[in-house]
Amino acid sequence: MSNASSPDSAHTGAHDEAHHHEESFFHKYLWSTDHKMIAMQYLFTGMAMALIGGFMAYAFRMQLAYPGEHVPGFGIVSPTEYNALVTNHGTIMIFWVAMPVLIAAFGNYLIPLMLGCDDMVFPRINRLSYQIFLISALILIASFFVPGGGFGGAWTAYPPLSSKAIYNLTPLGQTMWMVAVAVEFVAFLLGGINFITTAMNSRAPGMKMFDIPMVIWMIVIASILFLASVGPLVAGAVMLIFDQTLGTAFFDPNRGGDPVLWQHLFWFFGHPEVYVVLLPAMGIVAEIITVFARKKLFGYKTVFYTTLATGILSFFVWAHHQFVSGIDPRMANIFTVTTVLISVPLAEMCFVYIATLYGGAIRLTTPMLWALAFLGEFLIGGVTGIFLGASGADIYLHDSYFVLAHFHYTFFPIAIIGVFAGLTMWYPKMFGRMMNETWGKIHFWLTIIPFNLIFIPLFVLGMGGQHRRIYNYEHFPELAGESMQDLRILATAALIVMLVSQAIFLFNFFGSMKAGKKAGRNPWRANTLEWVTASPPGHGNFHPMPEVYRGPYEYSHPDREEDYWPQNEPPN
Amino acid sequence: MKPIATTRSVTGIPTGRLAIWWVITSEIVIFGGLLASYIMHRLGHEEWAGYAAHTNTLAGGTNTFVLLTSSLTIVLAHKAAEAGDGRKAFRFIWCTIFGGLTFLVIKSLEWTAEIKAGYTITTNNFWSFYYTAAGLHGLHVIAGMIIMGIISFQARRNKELQRVELIGLYWHFVDLVWIFLFPLLYIAK
Repeated sequence: MSNASSPDSAHTGAHDEAHHHEESFFHKYLWSTDHKMIAMQYLFTGMAMALIGGFMAYAFRMQLAYPGEHVPGFGIVSPTEYNALVTNHGTIMIFWVAMPVLIAAFGNYLIPLMLGCDDMVFPRINRLSYQIFLISALILIASFFVPGGGFGGAWTAYPPLSSKAIYNLTPLGQTMWMVAVAVEFVAFLLGGINFITTAMNSRAPGMKMFDIPMVIWMIVIASILFLASVGPLVAGAVMLIFDQTLGTAFFDPNRGGDPVLWQHLFWFFGHPEVYVVLLPAMGIVAEIITVFARKKLFGYKTVFYTTLATGILSFFVWAHHQFVSGIDPRMANIFTVTTVLISVPLAEMCFVYIATLYGGAIRLTTPMLWALAFLGEFLIGGVTGIFLGASGADIYLHDSYFVLAHFHYTFFPIAIIGVFAGLTMWYPKMFGRMMNETWGKIHFWLTIIPFNLIFIPLFVLGMGGQHRRIYNYEHFPELAGESMQDLRILATAALIVMLVSQAIFLFNFFGSMKAGKKAGRNPWRANTLEWVTASPPGHGNFHPMPEVYRGPYEYSHPDREEDYWPQNEPPN
Repeated sequence: MKPIATTRSVTGIPTGRLAIWWVITSEIVIFGGLLASYIMHRLGHEEWAGYAAHTNTLAGGTNTFVLLTSSLTIVLAHKAAEAGDGRKAFRFIWCTIFGGLTFLVIKSLEWTAEIKAGYTITTNNFWSFYYTAAGLHGLHVIAGMIIMGIISFQARRNKELQRVELIGLYWHFVDLVWIFLFPLLYIAK
């Protein structure tokens, strides 16, 4: 069946200089089927959405620090606006920042390059996937400006709060929000099928299963997780939209429905979703750690099997979000066990990364700093997760700021630290120039330190009994004390420092496109295939198409003078 | 021009067939979530058997027969495509589209009668599930018919004949969903 070799050789060089023709702006940037351009579309859309989500965080954190006062750049935050801000901050950061950047942008950019092919297997479906994603983003943004404003029923959208406009006060926003999320799922399903099929069928000749770089494995396994878990929520979204618009009673207990059903449908997707975004970040960190420790990944197959184990277990932990929703205590027992169990493969992954560092020739470049920070910060998120996974502790901590701080200690390392790690790592490949290391490191410290100063106080507040999703704590005498308010002000001040520091990154990111020094093909002296081709890679990626002779992590091989050994270099 | 990536086949399975199986996987989970929700409700509500008694088993049964027959014709279309006979595949694809159309006509008559009798999507949760699940399935029937229409004209010119197999796989899946819906919504009374 394999018809791999003949078209390859026929195509070799076909796209070379002779074929270079000027494309219109529209065809080059907006209507392109090139996986690299689609990756950039996802990346820049995600970055723009991150600015919106960050601004929302600024507005509601200011309200919490200085309740009822005028917020510079926003105005007075009303209770309805506060609900819309926290809801859409969560939705945007997970569905319109973490997903498009980690899965779609890095997946699109890295999968064909690291597997040694010229594009995705279905380039036009790839383009369609981005276009559907863009429509979903526009629907969500439009929902902020309709009468009643953006959806205010929290990002988890529990009914009846989400299904009845008399409760959430956002009659149009609620439906537009749900439609936007459902449309986005279609976009990522199309993208995911493309990723999985490309990785299964289109690897370079000679690349065996265990020659695939870890980050590709993880993006593909994440895509499979997404594809296998999102279905019930698609069905749930249809049911919720019907409840909102047609007046059905799927989730209305007064008329025979069941609100907890939504929670099951939501979290059956929602928990694997954590791993859907975590795995690509873990993969990015694996690549960076091997390159900058100049060492072979300590246990390639261990990481592979723990990834599989994480993926499988992630389908059996969802009800740990529902310990106080009235589920059967016997069921809570089971879900406590599975939740604690899932920390084992992830801990193993972290140990493998630490073992990779041990004895390595570590270079503290900016990407490496981000990767190391990822390990440290994610560890805090993971360990506090064990507190919450135990149903006994969760009953006290549930819906408090402890939960909030916990998942920000997982999602921030994933969606921000992991993304910065990946961007600083592959920037030379994407744009052909190096980013400024000094500014990169200043930005690193000005992000990491404020991040901890935001969320460590929130852990303390949560343990002190501060409930989530409260507009103004002055109305709660036991939470309005000065010591608690000081912690809120500290978190807000740290947030502002962190948000302002991102200007350094944007300055460095866009400035280096013109002013950075030329990167050359392989500035980090790494093994994987994307470093074989030009920076940035031209149309068709490789000339000629590469063949693979070894695994991706052959660093500091004793028989070689060079401390790296590219995957495509023929053995002597 | 197709990229090199599309023409490779490391697994030995043609890329299109591989992708359609992943599409079906994702669809199984969507219908699986909906039907699991329905079954959980059904088990908790004895009275739903009484509501289900008002569904039209004859219409549902006829539709089952129509869909199964249309699955046969799409297999015959695939067989013709394998033999390289695009025109014959074209005719069998249109037989299948006609089957899908018959299914939709019967379904519309059935729903009209039920809505006139006062059983609408808001009557109670049984009817909400009934219309949601059958409606979602109906959308898949319509989508399949549109795609078959496009593929049939390519097939007639003997182009992209492998696509006949791919739409056949999808059509079997749509058929199979109905095989689950029919007993769950009509027969279990």
